[in-house]
Amino acid sequence: MNADPIVGRAVPRRDGPAKVSGAASFTAEVPVEGLAHAALVCSTVAAGEITGIDLTEARSAPGVVAVMTHHNAPAIRIAPLLITLRGASFTRAPVMQDARIRWNGQPVAIVVAETPEQADHAASLVRVGYAPAEGRLVFDDLKVGAPQPDHVQGEAPAVLRGDAEAALRTAAARVDQVYRTPWHTHCAIELHATTVAWHDERSLTMWDATQAVTHSQATLAEVFDLDPEDIRVVSQFVGGAFGNKMMWSHQILCAAAARLARRPVRLVLSRSDVFRVTGGRTRTEQRVALGARANGTLTALVHEATTTTGINDGFAEQCTFPARVLYGADSFGIDQRVVELHTPANSSMRAPGESVGSFALECALDELAEQLDVDPLDVRAGLEPAAHPTTGKPFSGRHLLEAYRLGAERFGWARRSSTPRSRRDGPWWIGHGVATATYPYTRMPGGRASVTLSADGCATVRTAAHEMGMGTATVQAQYAADHLGLPLDRVRFEYGDSRHPAAVPAGGSAQTVSIIASVVAAARALTAELLHLAAPDSPLAGAGAGADDVEMRDGGLHPRDGGPGESYAAILRRAGRAELAAEGAASPPTETAQHAMHSYGVQFCEVRVHDVTGEVRVSRWLGVFDTGRIINPRTAASQFRGAIVMGIGSALTEETIFDERTGRVLNASLAEYHVPVHADIPPIDVAWLGHPDPMAPMGGKGVGEVGMVGVAAAVANAVHNATGRRIRDLPITPDKVLGL
Amino acid sequence: MKPFTYQRADDVASAVAAAAATPGAAYLGGGTNLVDLMRQNVERPAALVDVSRLPARIGIGTDGRLWMGAAATNTDVAADPVVRRDFPIIAEAIVNGASGQIRNTATVGGNLLQRTRCLYFYDTGARCNKREPGSGCDAVDGHNRMHAVLGASPECVATNPSDLGVALAALDARVHLAGPAGGRTVELLDLHRLPGDTPHVETVLAPGELITAVSVPPPPAAARSAYRKVRERASYAFALVSVAALLEVRDGVVASARLALGGVAAKPWRAAVAEAVLTGAPATRATFDRAAAAALADARPLAHNGFKIPLAQRVIVSTLEELS
Repeated sequence: MNADPIVGRAVPRRDGPAKVSGAASFTAEVPVEGLAHAALVCSTVAAGEITGIDLTEARSAPGVVAVMTHHNAPAIRIAPLLITLRGASFTRAPVMQDARIRWNGQPVAIVVAETPEQADHAASLVRVGYAPAEGRLVFDDLKVGAPQPDHVQGEAPAVLRGDAEAALRTAAARVDQVYRTPWHTHCAIELHATTVAWHDERSLTMWDATQAVTHSQATLAEVFDLDPEDIRVVSQFVGGAFGNKMMWSHQILCAAAARLARRPVRLVLSRSDVFRVTGGRTRTEQRVALGARANGTLTALVHEATTTTGINDGFAEQCTFPARVLYGADSFGIDQRVVELHTPANSSMRAPGESVGSFALECALDELAEQLDVDPLDVRAGLEPAAHPTTGKPFSGRHLLEAYRLGAERFGWARRSSTPRSRRDGPWWIGHGVATATYPYTRMPGGRASVTLSADGCATVRTAAHEMGMGTATVQAQYAADHLGLPLDRVRFEYGDSRHPAAVPAGGSAQTVSIIASVVAAARALTAELLHLAAPDSPLAGAGAGADDVEMRDGGLHPRDGGPGESYAAILRRAGRAELAAEGAASPPTETAQHAMHSYGVQFCEVRVHDVTGEVRVSRWLGVFDTGRIINPRTAASQFRGAIVMGIGSALTEETIFDERTGRVLNASLAEYHVPVHADIPPIDVAWLGHPDPMAPMGGKGVGEVGMVGVAAAVANAVHNATGRRIRDLPITPDKVLGL
Repeated sequence: MKPFTYQRADDVASAVAAAAATPGAAYLGGGTNLVDLMRQNVERPAALVDVSRLPARIGIGTDGRLWMGAAATNTDVAADPVVRRDFPIIAEAIVNGASGQIRNTATVGGNLLQRTRCLYFYDTGARCNKREPGSGCDAVDGHNRMHAVLGASPECVATNPSDLGVALAALDARVHLAGPAGGRTVELLDLHRLPGDTPHVETVLAPGELITAVSVPPPPAAARSAYRKVRERASYAFALVSVAALLEVRDGVVASARLALGGVAAKPWRAAVAEAVLTGAPATRATFDRAAAAALADARPLAHNGFKIPLAQRVIVSTLEELS
């Protein structure tokens, strides 16, 4: 440990200079000798069969190297699902193995040519005939009687405590509403890119923009029946991922096409491919019903959610998770259903479930507060449970009431008018809204890391982890420096390569603590190695020390009892070693067995709603978060702000439009799918409590996703406060605001 | 993208000659729309004749009109001191369009000829009479929230996306053309055609004709003007509806009025009927309400765009109130 910890300091991003100067090499830029380029041909129907593919024109187009369809694709086995932790797929759909069409946008051919432009042009010349079948496309027709999934992210699909419906009927105050959110698409600025080079029939290297290096390696091994050891996956820089850069068909097809072409092949998805080939966030329909006493305490909390997924994909988006953990109630009626549609698979998009689920729950609480004529923040504070309301487990650390107090003071919540449509600035109505955020703490099993000391006293930490812009390389170097007792500039952190020890996927806001747990294990193994190496003529030898008897500080090992220690450099020098390495596996994530572990937060916002046009502009934001110890205020604040921006997009503009006649995404471009632009975003104030979680490694909890939770609800609640209009379906567009 | 040849023209005559000599040629201005459409295989020109180096001068001509070379960038027009002083509605319309990066590249001529943003037009997997004549229209019974409420036909319900065009429509602008058969001038309001049963024919331009300049007469000296655009996203979004208005009020009576609408039709829509209602009437809310009603009297909603009618009316009334 460093006496003056580096953890907690606003250290600048290590990858910052390389990124702003253009020196960082992203997947689509990695130089590879003899590279060919691929483009996809995708179906224009949602269901049915391919009746014929005419490749005559495409094959004779300039520069074409190879064309692959289901007629000449190699045997490709079904990719293991991410949820199994054996792979990184969201879909069980076969990849180019048959003539069947499962969604509109499914790749039906891949063309390889000398240049990207030639591949793209040749792809436009592939003629595909279809025998379309009646698809499952109309959500409203299919939602009735939708089945319960086997599980929701490993949890039970339903939680029933008492008779919530009966309690509702007799409640003094009651809210019972349906809330809807549309499909969303991840819009990382870096398009999905893959480059594959086979070394021989059984081994390959894949450069991929991914947030699952180890699990991509495992997936490729499974689908092509290869030894994972013969597959290298490299992912140095990822330009945003948000849950989508996992394993889809395009990486598998790129690998198969490279083998067919006997050339290294690169495939960069077009933006429309991202919308149609990969899957985004499901639409949702959610009923939230709250029964309350006059004092605001809940007699019933009902949250029933229906989401969608592709055919046979099995991903149930966890919309009801906030309702399971946030508030105390006498009875619960929680239920999830899934409708299978002929659409791309549902995938994880930043705070899957919690973001859209909190829209319904947190709007309903606002409606209840209005009915009871109580401040919405006070209603929430009055529902604070002593233990997890549906499992009964004690909370490991939960400081929501403190976040409410701090946030209310910092935002000036007391100055809010409780009367809707009562504040105006020229043509703009002004309103304020609040919503609670929560996101589960997760530490996925399986992460490993190594620590290598060199004779100059520097350390290199290696793990196959991911830097998608959130600061991994920086914060892990900070943590390792403290843990090893080294200055920050003597610690390297290497990641993004399956040759490094296996890592967990960067998902579920779990990567940071998962890596930390594996670094702890590696450092412990290293300590044992150092002690072994130090004997018998080291000052440490006399201590007869085991790993528990020494501590890593001041660049070396020192007995805890205060006896003389020795620097790493001296130990290595004495032993004549150039370097010393040790690897460790993270301890099993048992901390969640006995405790309910979650991140929390509260979102406050001010909106301005134009009286004439109904345009909504967010003018002020504050998020206060309870996410354990913060390693780096600079990168954490950026994570919170980015998530809030994404939440504002979901509140006001973002909607992936499917034509329900064809199942086709219509607005498959950044011109027509509206993520927020700078002009939509006010200065965003963020704050955090920083109380270390006693059960989490280093006391840290995830910061990447909780910042998006509650955002859309806070906006909707503020719009209601500004205008008196309650919008229950996202996005909140001018026509809805004006009731036109 | 289909392979194409490229040549840069140094003057109008060589541009017209090059296009005439090359079958399947298209003029390339800033390329902010055409290149996107080529990437989507919606536009498939065999040749591009780059006209972005052609005259781009902005200034008052000897005829007293504002002249803008067709190759002037939107940014240069919006930043021009004369435009900002004497034709502020032009600058206002431009800066409400696209993004800074696009405006830096997009040209005046290209802006007027940009294609619709209809989602079905952009998707070669969908039916579109504009893209493939006779194939049908998937928008008319499909997702048509952004589509036309005025002047549409059963064959096409697409809208023109230009902001600049709406301001120019209100200003009685003229468009100057050069072509294989020589030069001519058309009124901006006559440049675009309504879809009828030939939605693929969007303008009155003959094959090979090129916009060389746009000229605008000075607006009435006492008129006040405004461009108002409604959109969900605060920037880089096409109009749900937009309104360009010039209003001259003397002694509480409307002396002259010009009103044009965007986002409602296949062309910048001049609301002449509303202008007739306004002219000579008292400059009151009641008059403005009647004008707004008249402006949209012929509007026909589709399944998802009915909101545009009352929204346009609200914006018309509020803009006129602000100008009166």
